[in-house]
Amino acid sequence: MTEAASDAFVAFERVQKSYDGETLVVKDLNLAMPKGEFLTMLGPSGSGKTTCLMMLAGFETATHGEIKLEGKPINNIPPHKRGIGMVFQNYALFPHMTVAENLAFPLEVRKIGKSEREEKIKRALDMVQMGHFGGRRPAQLSGGQQQRIALARALVFEPELVLMDEPLGALDKQLRETLQFEITRLAHDLGITVVYVTHDQTEALTMSDRVAVFDDGRIQQLAPPDELYEAPRNSFVAQFIGENNTLEGTLERVEGERCTVRLDSGEVIDAKPVNVGKAGERTKVSIRPERVEFDPELGPDAHTLKAEVREFIYMGDTFRTRLSVAGNDDFIVKTRNRADQVRLTPGQSVTIGWLPQDCRALDA
Amino acid sequence: MTDTPLGPDQISGATPDNALRNADRAAAKDGPHDGPMLAADGTPLRRSLNRALRRQKLRALALVAPLLLFILITFVAPIADMLFRSVENQIVGETLPRTVAALDDWTFADGEPPDEAAYDALYSDMFLAAEAKTHTRLGGRLNYETTGISSLFRQAGRGVADIGEAQIEAIEDSSEAWDDSAFWAGLMLTGDEAAADTDLLADARARARIISGEPLAMPDETWPSAAAAAALPRTAVAYTEFALYTWSVDEDPPAEEDPWEAVWLSLALDLAANPDAPSAFSGAQAEALSAAQAALPPGTADFSFRDAFLEMDEDWGSLDVWGTIKAFGGPYTSGYFLSAADYSLNPEGVSAMPEDEQIYRTLFVRTLVMSLTITLSCILLGYPVAWLLANLPLRTANVLMILVLLPFWTSLLVRTSAWKVLLQQQGVINDILVWLGIVSDGGRLILINNATGTIIAMTHILLPFMILPLYSVMKTIPPSYLRAAKSLGATDWTAFWRVYFPQSVPGIGAGSILVFILAIGYYITPEIVGGTKGVFISNRIAYHISTSLNWGLAAALGSILLVLVLALYWLYDRIVGIDNVKLGG
Repeated sequence: MTEAASDAFVAFERVQKSYDGETLVVKDLNLAMPKGEFLTMLGPSGSGKTTCLMMLAGFETATHGEIKLEGKPINNIPPHKRGIGMVFQNYALFPHMTVAENLAFPLEVRKIGKSEREEKIKRALDMVQMGHFGGRRPAQLSGGQQQRIALARALVFEPELVLMDEPLGALDKQLRETLQFEITRLAHDLGITVVYVTHDQTEALTMSDRVAVFDDGRIQQLAPPDELYEAPRNSFVAQFIGENNTLEGTLERVEGERCTVRLDSGEVIDAKPVNVGKAGERTKVSIRPERVEFDPELGPDAHTLKAEVREFIYMGDTFRTRLSVAGNDDFIVKTRNRADQVRLTPGQSVTIGWLPQDCRALDA
Repeated sequence: MTDTPLGPDQISGATPDNALRNADRAAAKDGPHDGPMLAADGTPLRRSLNRALRRQKLRALALVAPLLLFILITFVAPIADMLFRSVENQIVGETLPRTVAALDDWTFADGEPPDEAAYDALYSDMFLAAEAKTHTRLGGRLNYETTGISSLFRQAGRGVADIGEAQIEAIEDSSEAWDDSAFWAGLMLTGDEAAADTDLLADARARARIISGEPLAMPDETWPSAAAAAALPRTAVAYTEFALYTWSVDEDPPAEEDPWEAVWLSLALDLAANPDAPSAFSGAQAEALSAAQAALPPGTADFSFRDAFLEMDEDWGSLDVWGTIKAFGGPYTSGYFLSAADYSLNPEGVSAMPEDEQIYRTLFVRTLVMSLTITLSCILLGYPVAWLLANLPLRTANVLMILVLLPFWTSLLVRTSAWKVLLQQQGVINDILVWLGIVSDGGRLILINNATGTIIAMTHILLPFMILPLYSVMKTIPPSYLRAAKSLGATDWTAFWRVYFPQSVPGIGAGSILVFILAIGYYITPEIVGGTKGVFISNRIAYHISTSLNWGLAAALGSILLVLVLALYWLYDRIVGIDNVKLGG
């Protein structure tokens, strides 16, 4: 990471931030982004992701460390000289100006001539399919429309870096999905670098080139979405991204790509060691609900577990079955709604199993 | 979603716009209705709705009723009374009704005092007014217009009983019957008792009611009889007035009271004018009347009230006095408003006051200019404070808010007096300036008892009224607007001026209206620190209310102030728009 930072477009180098001088909100952040990347900062509230964004935008100063843009430190550059576009959670469209005036604002402060200004505004509005709304006031627009305008305003002065702070948080699901798609399309078409902050993991997974999962002021994992989901590096990421079943136990044996874990209930299962110590230490094994199979026909060396059905939930395209497995009453299994899929009834006893590589042994 | 990007109007699913569109479409599908929409039970929907809402409306009305009543009684009624008072002028017509009527044909332009009829009317009006002691009030009222009338009236009130002394004494000496009060009463009731002169009685009663100012609970006596009224017309009128007044105000039966001198004099004039008068009576009455007639001093037939009044005071021959009575004879007058605008209504018509007596227009202009200055200073001083309040952390902001509100909790008088201590020439501020060497000891600034003092003290006192609305508006402006502006490339100043300031304008509007309207009617502070150059129109109004007692003029000044404020409010609405005023959220 450090060698990449030298030619990175955006780089955080050992950045720390404290508001009160006692606790660190951001602890030793290192991050390097190449030009044109769509990076999402994902994390629960209070994890420091928004603070990072604000430091990048220049509204907060780093307590320690350096933030670099195109290789140049920007710690002491005021926000208005950084040339970074920003989209806010509540849109922050100026209510006393029309849509066109809102878009003209960044161009006017840059002293761009009237004709060029109008052309750029038109292009930006067309870009977000809001070409006819130039004369309206923000209050006359729906939430989705306002967000499009906010996006157009952040892009109209052609910044190379655009920051988005939970821009879709206030919209309904359907609109959110439409706009997610549009934002990614625009980012790719324009070749801009985007730092996107959200606490919605679906949003993070569908939009980003890479996702930085924040917790406790640190990046827990920085990886492309599929890697994040398939190969979480620690149990926080496993829990936070997607649905996850956790079983706790003790490592019995670790051999290369395979380990054996004795669960607290006494059963023994196989897992892939990812983030574990040596035999005898505690571990949490994580299995995705869709990777669990009923009455599995696995290899002879695979371990299976006995389970009792607690609840069966019909969800249309999938079934969710809640099981009691090895002392865990909230073990979820997701199965596709196929014609031959059995519908289990509560109280029924079943055998479940999974491929050992789908079961990851992580830190306790 | 596919490759073809969707415009906002083509988004399918549940967006607010689509919901509205669907509702419109559904309404259109139902097609046009014939007649009114009906409720489920067949009654028109509108009526159904009204019925459902009526109870709610009544409850709402009942809830606001106490306040509504309170406002009507304590606010609307006094304002209406003030507006009425500024044009009301019934005192002249009520006190001197006959005089005003007699002056109908007379004009100031005639160049000479009115004829005998007017003096005659003045005598009977004045006699009754003197009995009721209302003549001094009228004198005081007319004195606002022409100086000297007050003492003239007071003197006339005292002297009116002495008019015609020779005639009265002659009748008194002619027969002992005249000393008997009951004899007078009997004289007036002579003839058929049923045939009373009711018109005369009604007139007299109406007059007595006005003069005494109370509804008269008179027993329905029958004076005067038609016969007596025909033979002795003046006496009948004078006696009836005397009798009614005695009955209702003094609450004595007239038959036990000596009649007024006016009755005696009227009898003398009646007897002189009508030699046959005694023949309408009989017996002792006729005898006494004949004796009185015989005893009348020579020249009674040509008795002149005019001479009598002129003898009392030459001013009764003055054109100005009569002109004033004539000019202010009507029940309503524009005189107060003309005075309030530095004009005067005098017998010749309307004319501007002499330049050295013009004060009100200057005062109005000064009040407006200084109120605007105070409002402006409040904006300049209050805006940064409100901004600080809105942007500091809550704990600090609360402490600061207490400092802003502290002046509210101390007495206005204390605050104003404190300014006196601070601002006077030997006061704290001047001392510090001298000590710092900014001004020399001889050149101490005059900061009080002038306009400067008023502006400084009132800006301080009215500042919270600017800060509070500003604060509550600024509180609603999210900090993200400023951040957005800065991220878009605006400097701190541009972000403030183009983004923050326009959104705080409603607060400025609300604060300015509050401060300006409070300032324009302020009284105590200018009174204490204003000296002569720093007083407002309200100080003049207070003077007329409490010192000169010219309430009509005070009301006219107040009405003009009210109209000015309303006009400015209207102007503000036209320029800024009243919906651009926010007191909060």
